[in-house]
Amino acid sequence: MSNRRFALIALVVAIGIIAASLTIKNAYFFTAAYAVLVFVILSTAWNILGGYTGYVNFGVPAFFAIGAYTTVFLHQLLTAPLFVNVVAGTVMAGLAGLGVGYLTLRLRGVFFAIATLALAVVMLTFVVNWTYVGGARGAYVITPREVPFGMESWKHYLYVVMVLLATLATVVARMLERSTIGRGLAAIRDDELAAECAGVPTLRLKLLAATASGALMGMAGTTTPYFYAYVEPTSVFNLSYAVNSIAMPVIGGMTSWVGPLIGAVLLGTLQQIVQVTISSNLNLLITGLLLVLFVTLAPNGILGWVDAWKRRRKR
Amino acid sequence: MAEPLLRASGVTKHFGGFYALDNVDLEVGQGERLGLIGPNGSGKTTLVNCITGTLRHDAGTVRFDGRDISQLPTHGRIRLGLARSFQIPKPFASMSVVDNLRVPLLYAASAHAGAARISERQSRDEAMAILREVGLEAKAEERSGGLTQVDMRKLELARAIAARPKLLISDEAMAGLSSSEVDDIIALLLKMKARGVAVIMIEHIMRAVMKFSERVAVLDAGKKIADGTPQEVVANPDVQRAYLGE
Repeated sequence: MSNRRFALIALVVAIGIIAASLTIKNAYFFTAAYAVLVFVILSTAWNILGGYTGYVNFGVPAFFAIGAYTTVFLHQLLTAPLFVNVVAGTVMAGLAGLGVGYLTLRLRGVFFAIATLALAVVMLTFVVNWTYVGGARGAYVITPREVPFGMESWKHYLYVVMVLLATLATVVARMLERSTIGRGLAAIRDDELAAECAGVPTLRLKLLAATASGALMGMAGTTTPYFYAYVEPTSVFNLSYAVNSIAMPVIGGMTSWVGPLIGAVLLGTLQQIVQVTISSNLNLLITGLLLVLFVTLAPNGILGWVDAWKRRRKR
Repeated sequence: MAEPLLRASGVTKHFGGFYALDNVDLEVGQGERLGLIGPNGSGKTTLVNCITGTLRHDAGTVRFDGRDISQLPTHGRIRLGLARSFQIPKPFASMSVVDNLRVPLLYAASAHAGAARISERQSRDEAMAILREVGLEAKAEERSGGLTQVDMRKLELARAIAARPKLLISDEAMAGLSSSEVDDIIALLLKMKARGVAVIMIEHIMRAVMKFSERVAVLDAGKKIADGTPQEVVANPDVQRAYLGE
């Protein structure tokens, strides 16, 4: 399927999801769905560097926070509209991805992972000490009284925006995966030296993946201040963003764009249900348990499992 | 006199106090078949690494196709028309066999094809053609990680061929293969001659080296001790000493 065709179908699906949401009166649904959509974007973004290229990034909260705090900053400065904040946050996080990539992508394996973990800590310290964006106290982002496009609530409006952003992230991820660039990234993942010896400009491609991945992670964060109306460092830099963004692609399958989507929808929804029905503290425990289960029993995730099943049936 | 395709002069590489390569000169002409031999640890693979850029040499220059490539990164050198296979096969294990060849086709071959860049579809056709040549056609859709050792070595060579090189360096492609499999691979490398591709064959199997090479260079302890026709080299007392001892 060509990219344009896929984008069109994805858009139709997105509009369908948006249309269906118009019938929903329960406001809590949007809070739950918003959380899932954040993870759809984050895990799709993580997978570009982690799944396609094989570089495990523990710095997800840092990129997410760059998106969120760009919004806070621009809101303080000139009460910029949502659209401007989304674009600015995405660009800033992309630049951060490029810069961090340049500094760390010469490191391999576990060293790269440690460097990205350090990045999150450095960013947290930076934000905590920056009073203009609220420092440790946090900052309020008050949404205007009237909701754009005559929608019922800001939460519903932001849900619609996030559906569209998640669609964009998925289309970008698939486009990268199926392109010549995607082949290069997969070659790097399988064997970096052999990739270089096949003419693949490994450093350049890794930087590209880091930039795209960082940008999309930042994009996920840009709407957060509006949605919760309040942002403070410990919630934005929450470890659960890192853990979930890694666990979801692992559970779904890391070699294709569908994997993170499946993983995020399944795990994200499960977490939301558990949060309401059982306990709000069980979230990370469930993620952890499922992660251990999948890594030991189905290391290639749900996708790998389906592939194996198909192959068995063919015989 | 026209410049040879590859001219490595005075290449030196040391790891701490150990000189893996000490002032080595090596030339390969257009379309020439060179055998590179030497005892284990004599620096053959290190020399290949310095030529392809996976290791940076400490002194000397490497010129390829009329330009100094000493400062180029590996992928830049490959894109000029160098290609190598690895002694220990390094397949792109998650990809199918045919997709393994499409990586060098799309990146390396496309780069020196100039205006005639290779499209995704063309890359598949050409990859299949190469697989037919090396006898891996039936396994084109299999995952390369699951191949047998013999097939992996063939894949390793096929992937080097897919870069459409001017100079192909085959690093012990035949170690551990049976006699008839060795003949297969020699035949394959001889076919490269027909395409005007120069080949450096690093090998321990003397039968293969003697049969294949127009010229043989011998390394011992990081120094080149002989360079000439196969007959000359075998008769050379230094070479006999290096291999058999005093």
